[in-house]
Amino acid sequence: MVKVLHINATECTGCHQCEMACSYHHEGVFNPSKSRIKIFNFEETGRNVPYVCTQCADAWCLQACPVDAISVNADTGAKEVTAEICVGCKVCTIACPFGTINYNSVSTKVDKCDLCGGEPDCVKVCPTTALSFIEAENAGMEKMRHWAEKTDAGNQANS
Amino acid sequence: MSWTQKVLRVNLTNGTCDIEPLNMDWAKKYLGSRGLATKYYIEECDPKVDPLSEDNKLIFATGPLTGTAAPTSGRWTVITKGPLTGAIACSNSGGFFGAELKNAGWDMVIFEGKSAEPVYLDINNDKAELKDASSMWGKSVWDTEDMLRATSGDKDIRCASIGQAGESQVLFAAVVNDKDRAAGRSGVGAVMGSKNLKAVSCRGTLGVQVGDPMAFMQATGACNQILADNPVTGEGLPTYGTQVLMNVINETGALPTRNSADVQFEGANEIGGEAMAEPRASDGKANLVSNAACFGCPISCQRRSQMDPNHFSVEGQPKYHGNEGGLEYEAAWALGAATGVKDLEALTYCNYICNEYGMDPITLGSTIAAAMELYQMGVITDADTGGIALEFGSAEALCKICDQTGLGEGFGKEIGQGSKRLTEKYGHPELSMTVKGQEFPAYDPRGIQGMGLTYATSNRGACHLRSYTVASEVLGIPEKTDPLTSDGKAGLVKAFQDATAAFDAAGICIFTSFALTLDDVGPMVNADLEEEWTSETLLEVGERIWNLERKFNMDAGFTAADDTLPARLLKDAAKTGPAKGKVSELGKMLPEYYELRGWTADGVPSNETLNRLDL
Repeated sequence: MVKVLHINATECTGCHQCEMACSYHHEGVFNPSKSRIKIFNFEETGRNVPYVCTQCADAWCLQACPVDAISVNADTGAKEVTAEICVGCKVCTIACPFGTINYNSVSTKVDKCDLCGGEPDCVKVCPTTALSFIEAENAGMEKMRHWAEKTDAGNQANS
Repeated sequence: MSWTQKVLRVNLTNGTCDIEPLNMDWAKKYLGSRGLATKYYIEECDPKVDPLSEDNKLIFATGPLTGTAAPTSGRWTVITKGPLTGAIACSNSGGFFGAELKNAGWDMVIFEGKSAEPVYLDINNDKAELKDASSMWGKSVWDTEDMLRATSGDKDIRCASIGQAGESQVLFAAVVNDKDRAAGRSGVGAVMGSKNLKAVSCRGTLGVQVGDPMAFMQATGACNQILADNPVTGEGLPTYGTQVLMNVINETGALPTRNSADVQFEGANEIGGEAMAEPRASDGKANLVSNAACFGCPISCQRRSQMDPNHFSVEGQPKYHGNEGGLEYEAAWALGAATGVKDLEALTYCNYICNEYGMDPITLGSTIAAAMELYQMGVITDADTGGIALEFGSAEALCKICDQTGLGEGFGKEIGQGSKRLTEKYGHPELSMTVKGQEFPAYDPRGIQGMGLTYATSNRGACHLRSYTVASEVLGIPEKTDPLTSDGKAGLVKAFQDATAAFDAAGICIFTSFALTLDDVGPMVNADLEEEWTSETLLEVGERIWNLERKFNMDAGFTAADDTLPARLLKDAAKTGPAKGKVSELGKMLPEYYELRGWTADGVPSNETLNRLDL
């Protein structure tokens, strides 16, 4: 059963610990600018929203790559970039509609989320439930449950 | 290690930026941030320097943990001599600017001299350049940050700037970063203004390293667990923010009300954390929208607020209708209980403009309170205030006068001098609730005895953060002591002062100390720097920093006579609540404190103490 990195932006406080965990995992330093998961702050509403590659089943990046540097990890379902094959052509960064694969000018390869091989570090350090790693087919369950309760006419007064 | 070992020295007179190596001997003795920068400051500046002259220096400093994955690693400090106090000024801020500075490869920035024209410092990794800020001069902090982002084309820059208050050298002007975080006290923003330095914009993408990453992640993981499990850091602070304290301190009978005439405020319940979360009668929405975090912080005590757009203070002004940084306890106390105003929306507006114009709400509110008492006595009249009926409890007057103060207009110009100078001018210095020129905050020493000693001996003028014994006396952290007794408080204050200095120097937030001890912090520092700090050696650094600051103040002209409290606290007994009938027993605590500190009966660090601490 495949798991997904689930985002609940309502809970995100904007602490950026996920960005540090990600950059530490991949680069060995704390560097939010090198993180594959990013936190966006929307000033008008004051909301903090994480965003990251959502591991498309039919991935544009994988299809676009001219040297087949992107492949699927059979265990995690993550789309992974093999650095040794990647030539830094950046065609994948054009193809991805979500902008979640990006060029790293220091390594001259592209970086994207690979779910840390199955135990995402960002989820481990998130102090709230903004990030979770859950069964893909249950991703909507909590929200459904919330609205189920609201719409339950039998549970309301005077019914 | 996380130190980049690079200091940026900015000579504003010459318009130059130079790199220097960080003094690693001093880093080992003073740890970082507050400690290290104070050492630099004291070595380079004359203790008698005029804080607003070009000979004063201004230092922005990070600690070793700043910018790492340590919890609350966003902290940084601004060090200078305070124009409000004439004492060492060390103001700590959160947000994101400090971590960005570290990521850009700088441990510290030292500003010296004075620019002929308004400038800002633009840092982009190792590129640092002074640029023309004339188009930003006269603009608020909020507009300045927007302009800096537009000019650079980079949304991700972090900024620290002054607003109109710093430019006009309001003596309690703040340096505001990330729009609503601040190095708030003692007028550090006025020093920046006196140098024609409008802002610092920073982008850092180099990353921050630690010496032993595996050990570091283990240590931080352990600390994160402790913080999550602790009721203050894991629940109280994220839910209600520091505003969780309003009702608590009021019930303790230690909420200074109407310029400390009383110790309890009948309106406390309307201006605290719970009130912020309640839907308003006016529009059904709550003042509080959410909490938020500073860089690296799992506690997330920031308040995000949204005002009622029809409130008189913001009607027709859409810039205040969105999501902004909301009230902290100290601000709500100073603007509310101290002035008797219980209109939560009005307090929220005044707090917004403290961030917008760049002012310390504690000194602002307390000064307005003193002015209100003068008005009540008829010493100040409408002729002085330009028609503002400066009455205790008047939300309208509060909002008007806060506006004027930020913009340097009308009677606000006098408020901008702080309560010590204001009350002296009008012949009633006893109405200034200050120590060493700085207004004390939201804890009345008559109700929480240890805080009396805290205010009297704080090295930067009255301040709750130097030794927050409220943690012990009210919250029971680490152990409950009786707030109404002065027994044992000398030792308690000293212990808090030394430990706090160590937390400050490490580059993390003092709020972690509700849950962590130096035994928890040590492993993080050690894994970072590959050194062997223990809680004992960290405490010793704290003690060293304390004595260094004290010695500077004595050289600047302070004496034991300045380790005192306003007469009102020493003579006028609390009228209600658990502390009814009590005054501050400072006189009982001070001599014991001097002895525990290893100081003479005149409060001077003895040679023996200075030698022991290598000073």
